[in-house]
Amino acid sequence: MNNLTQVFKKRKAFISFVVAGDPNFNATVAHVVALANAGSDIVELGIPFSDPVADGPEIQAADLRAFKDHTTTERVFEMVTAIREQTQVPLVFLTYINIVFKYGYEAFTKRCAELGVSGLVIPDLPLEEQDELRPFADQFGINLIPLIAPTSPVERIQKIAKKATGFIYVVSSMGVTGVRNDIQTDLKALIENIRQVTDVPTAIGFGIHTPQQAATMAELADGVIVGSAIVHQIASGSTRQHTDLALTEYVTQVRTAIDKVSIAQN
Amino acid sequence: MQETNHEKTENGRYGEYGGQYIPETLMTELQKLTAAYEHYKKDSEFQTELHNLLNNYANRPSLLYFAEQMTKDLGGAKIYLKREDLNHTGAHKINNVLGQALLAKRMGKTRVIAETGAGQHGVATATVAALFGMQCEIYMGKRDTDRQALNVYRMKLLGAKVHSVTTGSMVLKDAINAALQEWTQRCDDTAYIMGSATGPHPFPMMVRDFQSVISKESKAQILKAEKRLPDAIVACVGGGSNAIGSFANYIDNPEVQLIGCEAAGKGIETPLTAATLERGSEGIFHGMKSIFLQDQDGQIAPVYSISAGLDYPGVGPEHAYLAKTGRAQYVGITDDEAVDAFEYIAKTEGIICAIESAHAVAYVKKLAPKMRKDQIIICNLSGRGDKDVAAIAKYRGVNINE
Repeated sequence: MNNLTQVFKKRKAFISFVVAGDPNFNATVAHVVALANAGSDIVELGIPFSDPVADGPEIQAADLRAFKDHTTTERVFEMVTAIREQTQVPLVFLTYINIVFKYGYEAFTKRCAELGVSGLVIPDLPLEEQDELRPFADQFGINLIPLIAPTSPVERIQKIAKKATGFIYVVSSMGVTGVRNDIQTDLKALIENIRQVTDVPTAIGFGIHTPQQAATMAELADGVIVGSAIVHQIASGSTRQHTDLALTEYVTQVRTAIDKVSIAQN
Repeated sequence: MQETNHEKTENGRYGEYGGQYIPETLMTELQKLTAAYEHYKKDSEFQTELHNLLNNYANRPSLLYFAEQMTKDLGGAKIYLKREDLNHTGAHKINNVLGQALLAKRMGKTRVIAETGAGQHGVATATVAALFGMQCEIYMGKRDTDRQALNVYRMKLLGAKVHSVTTGSMVLKDAINAALQEWTQRCDDTAYIMGSATGPHPFPMMVRDFQSVISKESKAQILKAEKRLPDAIVACVGGGSNAIGSFANYIDNPEVQLIGCEAAGKGIETPLTAATLERGSEGIFHGMKSIFLQDQDGQIAPVYSISAGLDYPGVGPEHAYLAKTGRAQYVGITDDEAVDAFEYIAKTEGIICAIESAHAVAYVKKLAPKMRKDQIIICNLSGRGDKDVAAIAKYRGVNINE
């Protein structure tokens, strides 16, 4: 069993997201270590893209901060090397397909394997276009983590789920990333549709920011993903130490909320 | 609408280019759109209604005008101008919008959204939305709302809401990002009317088909006037909708040279350019695999052109394919050359064309003298230039009180 699937066995998983290089190299390394130590089961590292069409204003702004610090794909790989000296938390990259395409599918997935990055979340690579990347991902043991949206019909959900490895990223609602106060999609039905065809764990993302929301989502799925809310903490932290403390406190709160769900469901 | 015989367009691919690289949230909507288009393409009632709108509302067929003064002055090939500038709303954009909006209506959509660069596609979309009684919201980069203020007001007059996009480089690319994001948020009642032959399948195919009325007409018109096919077709290329429409019905006539004119801005050797096919490389962006101006990491580059309509870092996938196979040639035209041509055609033919179209005219000025007098060029005048007069005056250092 691969290391991503494994983390969902112990408890409801908490997956945090930061943009690599936001606001600089050393800060990202420190933030990822803080997020891992505070109880994140997986950390998603965003490789910034010039035109992040699936992302809302919070993450767009983070990408700009990362570019201001001259973040390149190669620098992100160096960050992973530095992160790995301090934590073995499972890591996945979240980025847009052009970044992977330009690096070269084979070279990119090979590099992920060497660095101990377990998977890729690529919002603009739907099922129909995955065949060009999948052989290389398979060869180097990199999970292609698919997204399933509220608009996906049942047959399509099941087609995507059958091919999934690692975990399945369930998009909570329409639109782009960013905090929401109200999530209305019938996620229970959506996840039941996935459950019918696969045991690969599910994690819900897009919009989750309060511990209460995280707990509600953890009742439905195997894990929750928090992105924009963490990025917001980074944007508003006055010093790196201050941000690390704020991140630790935030992850602890969410962790506590979803652990209650794990205990209640066991 | 004319469907061209082009086997390579199967499954939205033009060779290796094209595809549907788009978030999962939009995939189902794109599949519905593809199915609806495939259905109505063969539906005679739909086709009749579209044909009537094109002829009775949009003023088609557009003239194929023999530019005698230009021909004499340049002293080479005979020059014909395909007058898309005479269409209702002043550009070729209306051809495609009528098609897509009619399809949207058939699909039960009550609201349309669109991106626009120079504002011509936005104006066309706002116009047709007004005609069909649909809600309309237009996304336009802030740099473009500033330099095309007249078109912004036209859209508002037509009842559309115009969003000035302040992210990124604030031009056409950023307007597309914003419109795509809005569509991701709300697609159940909303159709995205793509203005260029770009984006995920089925947009490049639909836009090509709806715009191919240009070459369907020009082919019949030139055969009537000259009893033969032209030697060259020249059109400007940003995303490439007027060019692909001008080329479509000649692609299978290899004796007809197809030439696309890109915006070189300050020059293709400078970073201030939008000459994608000359300076770009393969990539995946805005839903398609194609050629893009980008850095070695795949970050999309800021682009520049005097023309808001050609100011785009990519090009439609079919153009990428035509360039790769050598079926079409693409050349860069600088701001200076385009402005000279803008003034030249005004003075020689009494036509104020769009600054976008002036890029094609500029190449005709270079090409015609090198050709024999019995040869023929058709130059596509994609739009009229009223919208550009103030900007050109400014370029020439003339201050006019608008």
